[in-house]
Amino acid sequence: MTEKRDITLTINGRDHAIRVEPRKTLVDAIRDDCGQTGTHIGCEHGVCGACTVILDDVAVRACLMFAVQAQGKRIRTVEGLADGDKLHPLQSAFIKHHGLQCGFCTPGFLMLAANVLERQPDIGDEELLDVLSSNLCRCTGYQNIITAVRAAADDMRRAGAAG
Amino acid sequence: MSHGYPTPPRAEERRVLGHPVPRIEDRPLVTGHGLYAGDVSFPHQLHMRIVRSAHAHARIVAIDTAAARALPGVVAVWTVDDIADLPPIDFRDPSAEALKPYRQPVLARGRVRYVGDPVAAIFAEDPYIAEDAAELVDIEVAPLPVLMSAQELGEFDDGRATEPTIVRHSFGDIDAAFADAHAIVELDLTIGRHSGVPMETRGAIGRYDAARDVLELHGAAKVPHRNKDTLVRMLGRSPHSLHLFEGHTGGGFGIRGELYPEDVLVLVAALRLGRPVKWIEDRREHLIAANHSRHQHHRVRAAVDPQGRLLGLEDEFFHDQGAYVRTHGARVVGRTMSMLTGPYKVGAYRAVGHFRLTNKTPAATYRAPGRYEGTFVRERLMDAIAARLGIDRIELRRRNLIPGAEMPFTVEFDEPGAEELLLDSGDYPALLDKALTHFKWDEVLAGVQRRRAAGEAVGTGIGLFVEESGRGPADGAKISVDTDGAVEVVTGGASVGQGFATAMAQICAEALGVDYSHIRVVHGRTDRIAYGIGAHAARATVMTGGAVNETAIKLRQKALQYASELLQTPAEMLDIVDGVVRRRGSDAGPSITLSDIAKRVAPGAELLHGREPGLSAEAWFHTDHTVFPYGAQLAVVRVDRDTGQATVERLMIAYDVGRAVNPMMLEGQLVGGSIQGVGGALLEEFTYDQNGEPLAVTFADYLMPTLRDAPAVDVLITEDAPSPRNPLGLKGGGEGGINAVGAVIAGAIDDAIGIPGAVTRLPVTPQRLKELLRRNA
Repeated sequence: MTEKRDITLTINGRDHAIRVEPRKTLVDAIRDDCGQTGTHIGCEHGVCGACTVILDDVAVRACLMFAVQAQGKRIRTVEGLADGDKLHPLQSAFIKHHGLQCGFCTPGFLMLAANVLERQPDIGDEELLDVLSSNLCRCTGYQNIITAVRAAADDMRRAGAAG
Repeated sequence: MSHGYPTPPRAEERRVLGHPVPRIEDRPLVTGHGLYAGDVSFPHQLHMRIVRSAHAHARIVAIDTAAARALPGVVAVWTVDDIADLPPIDFRDPSAEALKPYRQPVLARGRVRYVGDPVAAIFAEDPYIAEDAAELVDIEVAPLPVLMSAQELGEFDDGRATEPTIVRHSFGDIDAAFADAHAIVELDLTIGRHSGVPMETRGAIGRYDAARDVLELHGAAKVPHRNKDTLVRMLGRSPHSLHLFEGHTGGGFGIRGELYPEDVLVLVAALRLGRPVKWIEDRREHLIAANHSRHQHHRVRAAVDPQGRLLGLEDEFFHDQGAYVRTHGARVVGRTMSMLTGPYKVGAYRAVGHFRLTNKTPAATYRAPGRYEGTFVRERLMDAIAARLGIDRIELRRRNLIPGAEMPFTVEFDEPGAEELLLDSGDYPALLDKALTHFKWDEVLAGVQRRRAAGEAVGTGIGLFVEESGRGPADGAKISVDTDGAVEVVTGGASVGQGFATAMAQICAEALGVDYSHIRVVHGRTDRIAYGIGAHAARATVMTGGAVNETAIKLRQKALQYASELLQTPAEMLDIVDGVVRRRGSDAGPSITLSDIAKRVAPGAELLHGREPGLSAEAWFHTDHTVFPYGAQLAVVRVDRDTGQATVERLMIAYDVGRAVNPMMLEGQLVGGSIQGVGGALLEEFTYDQNGEPLAVTFADYLMPTLRDAPAVDVLITEDAPSPRNPLGLKGGGEGGINAVGAVIAGAIDDAIGIPGAVTRLPVTPQRLKELLRRNA
């Protein structure tokens, strides 16, 4: 149980060779062993979604997985969302539409929304709201998060059509 | 009395103050570069885990820590014996002597008094090991009787009752009011136990810098300077040798940033174990260890004349404080009763608040403390009076509102030491009219009637309220321009995620004449400025903002003076725009940048002529009085009679803040607060079984609003009544959003199910609503 194992986590395209106990959660490993603290821990029981990361194109709650289970998978976190200095449309939209206050839930919402918009660029509004209702925010009352995600979805569709 | 500052200009006449500009704090937060408590780490740090009581009330017979100590990786295990020299957690402000015996010890001393009470602390190389070790600590206890209702009295310890104090506020001849009454309306009301529950749990990192002999607490929030003062007293260190550091804060809402046992433990452990000590709370701990709030039971009655005017208001209530008195003392009880009459004129008043202890997690403030509770009580009463006398609920309220012409309006209490209410400005009836018009009240009522006729259970509710904000006595600020022209504003304020830095930057930018988006705002750093109060009671924008404004004006004058000498132009003919000083109203002619001035006033510079070097200033804002924003909330609620589910379809707030610094952020505060209010009204409750076992220990039991529970909130910001008590006319925006939501939803549910006075208790869970419907079937 406490025998440590050598694993490699691939986060935002970079390999992190780490040695962890099999019981270590993925989110703890991402934060403490790989130093990527943008992914947050809100409840550790899979309800709040603050720890949402994208694992091989699926949004997952990193508190409900063990790090050893993520070996060999592509992990994307909020640190990898921007393209250098150029913010992802979701990041720009969250700023523009005041979709964050304390910012603690924000990385989870960004990764959740990024994943769903990549998979379903033309997602219907009701379905989008269902997806976003899986994460908790205590500051904003959600209105501006919805506005921001809708705006980013429009931007991304337009960019997709142009590109 | 108030200074009586002149009415400040509106946003249209200003460059950045009053405009909905984007926040300067956002970029690091959306890119994963925030610095929350959990993100702070130091080399060679230890991890702390608290062993908490599993019993609600028991005598500690023995604590066996041997097995925990023996676990490899465990460095120390402490119980109260290891920190016997530490005093209990002290009050922030001087409090009544009678409250002192009820303070919480840093670790349980002889008794545990709630499930979650810290009993021992593990210090280990790794957080997982610390948690393993915590499970090996064996606490032998002898159970004691458990007290779970604040309406019952018990014994705290030898000869001390579980009622540390009774708070009283009164004015006028209450007995005459009731003797003369046309009608007397009585209610029995309960506000449930819930709290702020920020998304980031608490965290504290203690570090002792032996090289400089400085003890540091990282992860501080809300009131770092005030907590420093308390810690200095508790630990007996000199003020220069203990500092608090605030990074980003993942939500505050009143509960985060208070001084808790864990904060003291990491500091003492860092000193005594010689290594940094990090503690991050888990969510279960948070729900049983961080401050609870609300939870009052009121027996209220009103004496009214035939027109429904309030001749007298009498309220006796029981405040369930939980197991200990924490940093606020009995403040919430006091605020509940001082603000209970709200926006109405009341002939006579008598309130008695029983501050009672039970075997639950200790309580303190949560956003709009005492006001969410008091507004629920007052507005339920107004609905009940309207129903009893057959008067329209809007008309009844209108008849009782303090008229705008009577402002400023003073409510004085008979009790010595009870702070009077000096309402500074406002036109409450005018705001009510604006709110009704904005909501399209008449159309909404007609629509509701149609739906009811078609069989739906749908109703409307309204609540009016006054908020309090901007508590003094003073705030200071320092502003400097560096040789690159960059502006730094150092404040004693704190950011709990509300956009503090942006608000301060806007105020500074407006007064100084620079771009707000490149201003650095320092907050929550006791090593940068010696005095500060922080962010509570919606004070930051009013008080710290006031100080920043004063300082920026002073610095502007300094810069203009130097520029005048350098440009050979009278200072009054110069203006500063985007960091460049030039002739007012002209793009041509000589100019100089603030950066150049800063370079020209370095130590030894010729320009100085004996004046102090540096382009910087320091100033203060003082006030004797708080300021009072006010609002109206309205809602449409639909009830599913089969499931007992209440759904908020529409929610609106009209709010007058005097002058808004940033309408976008203000709206964010009001919407966010409103949805938190929905949580307290319909979902959130810390429940216990009869043995004191907490039943809401995960987010699966403690239900906070999700996006699907959150209606779109309509916001109407008005600026009709700038405060005459500060030069910018500001009033606080942090707490209004939540204030009347419980009251409004309760009224709308009554209306929906057609049973006046049905809702007497929050939250209105489906089970409770179902039971209401069954009883009244």
